[in-house]
Amino acid sequence: MTTTAGRAIGNPSGPKPSLRNKTSRGSILADRAATVALWGTGVLVILILGAIILHFALAAWGVVSLSFILSDPSETTLGGIFPVLWNSVYMLALTLLIAVPVGILGGIYMSEYAGENPITNAIRFAEESISSVPSIVVGLFGLILFVDDFHWGFSALGGALALTLFNLPLMTRLSEQALRAVPQDERSASLALGATKWQTIRHVVLPLAIPGLITSVILTAGRVFGEAAVLLFTAGVGTPPHYNFLNFDLTSVASPWSPFRPATTLSVYIYKLQSEGLGAYVNQIVDGSAAILISMVLIFNLGARYLGRVLTRRLTAV
Amino acid sequence: MAQVTSKYPAAGLRAAPGLRERIDIPRRVAFAAAASMIFIVVLLLAFIAWQGIQLFVKDGTPVGQILSPTWQPDSTAGPTSFGLLPFIAGTVYVTAVALLISTPLSVGLALFLSEVAPRWARSVVQPALEIFVGIPSVVWGWLGITILVPFLSSTFSNDFTLSLPIVGNVFTVPGFLTGFSWMAGSLVLSVMILPTITSVSYDAFRAIPQELRTGSLALGTTRWQTIRHILLPAALSGVLTAIVLGMTRAAGEALAVQMVIGNSPTMPEAITQPVTTLTSQITLDMGNTVFGEPWQDALWTMSLVLLVISITSVVLVRVINRRRLAS
Repeated sequence: MTTTAGRAIGNPSGPKPSLRNKTSRGSILADRAATVALWGTGVLVILILGAIILHFALAAWGVVSLSFILSDPSETTLGGIFPVLWNSVYMLALTLLIAVPVGILGGIYMSEYAGENPITNAIRFAEESISSVPSIVVGLFGLILFVDDFHWGFSALGGALALTLFNLPLMTRLSEQALRAVPQDERSASLALGATKWQTIRHVVLPLAIPGLITSVILTAGRVFGEAAVLLFTAGVGTPPHYNFLNFDLTSVASPWSPFRPATTLSVYIYKLQSEGLGAYVNQIVDGSAAILISMVLIFNLGARYLGRVLTRRLTAV
Repeated sequence: MAQVTSKYPAAGLRAAPGLRERIDIPRRVAFAAAASMIFIVVLLLAFIAWQGIQLFVKDGTPVGQILSPTWQPDSTAGPTSFGLLPFIAGTVYVTAVALLISTPLSVGLALFLSEVAPRWARSVVQPALEIFVGIPSVVWGWLGITILVPFLSSTFSNDFTLSLPIVGNVFTVPGFLTGFSWMAGSLVLSVMILPTITSVSYDAFRAIPQELRTGSLALGTTRWQTIRHILLPAALSGVLTAIVLGMTRAAGEALAVQMVIGNSPTMPEAITQPVTTLTSQITLDMGNTVFGEPWQDALWTMSLVLLVISITSVVLVRVINRRRLAS
């Protein structure tokens, strides 16, 4: 029956009845062309990324070494990046110390408590607004508030606070998603056992959301680590001094542990060198630093994927 | 008997909530954390707006002057003029060309990922895109300086003239002189916003019910016809949202653009010539000016303009999505 119907509708004299034979040759060609073009976009992205990674691998060859990572900066010789790398790590830790608890708590509110009301709507609007504010404007805000009004001058703490408020929406949204991914049944079961809302969140929802939360922390960390525009006017752009790690005087500007000292990070250092660096080795130093920055981003990214997968498997296998 | 306490609260019917439970401290703390973002936005708006109007309030610059095309901020070099038009025009033009380049590519990539790519291809391209997002803007700028700019200046250094048989010369585009140019800025930005537009449009395509695809294909259409006539219209609001988000990111990007754009504070003339943007000028001048002088106040006005652009785009995205929910 179906074949005869197909023949009746299509071309009855044709040797091969096909459901497709109403499709014109032109549209089939257009379809093929579109398929090729769409594959092309995918291939293009891979090629660009491959080229970038290859470029930095080649550029870093002969520049990046243990002594490059562990020595103090100099533009007239092939100077190292140790103090700025230290500042990047220090800043990252300081930022996460503030942003992670606040972000996760915010995520808990948005996922577990928030109802459909104007206040929730206002929070969402604020979240979207901060995400869309240019990073340089956030930096300027930090300049007014922390550097000028608080009289901190350029400081690691001011930079970390500016980074925190810039990344809080991201951290909050990612934790909200991680918490929402926990099945509703788990909550119902816990509440049915007489646990309070907070006991449920604390002992049921949070543990189950840990893989997702860790992924969101690492993704935020990756963004914080590479950020420069926020820090230009809050944490300073000067070349850092030689750090003495035995100096634990937190009020001293020379102590690498102090949050109240200017702290040029690796990305800010790259920006500074390319704009005002004069020495013969500037290009090599920037290439090496950029290669390290890219590697860190790769590590953060792959780390987030790997940890997320391992933790999910371990927690769900029990 | 309000205070029934038991070692096992679940044993009986729920006891009446005690004081601790009624105050519900965790809820309040969590609320404070979430609501802090409202506080931050209000504070940010207030501070930037206050600084941004000082140019008019304290320095007495006429408001209309910011629409002038002349930027002469240095009071030691003659009468000042705080025309912001070159920067606003530069931001708009650079962003527009970046969107022109990036939108077809990104939407195509989103379609590839959601409609065409087999599983293995998706599992290669998606992580690649995530790494794209993670590449810091100073690195994009550095790639622009070391690869793109020299390429442009060495490959397209000659003037380009479009001549038609009867009409004669239609227009002439001067060649790239140094390579630092509007085009370089737009190209760098187009790569930077590619993941943004792609991921948001991808979500929009994934959200389309499978029935629409099978229904269309069952009518004998090709995949491309289904994409063009069914999927693209169905995902239109999502794709528009993606473009607006990409636009916001492009207009607000500072360092990568500043590094390759040439920073010439005049009205943009040709795509091959140096121009400047709001973000570039702020980045360049902020450190060289003194707090409270008119020059720096003009930079604050620029950042207020940027803030207005970004808040407008948030509202725009909301309007687009409300229309979708309504229809």
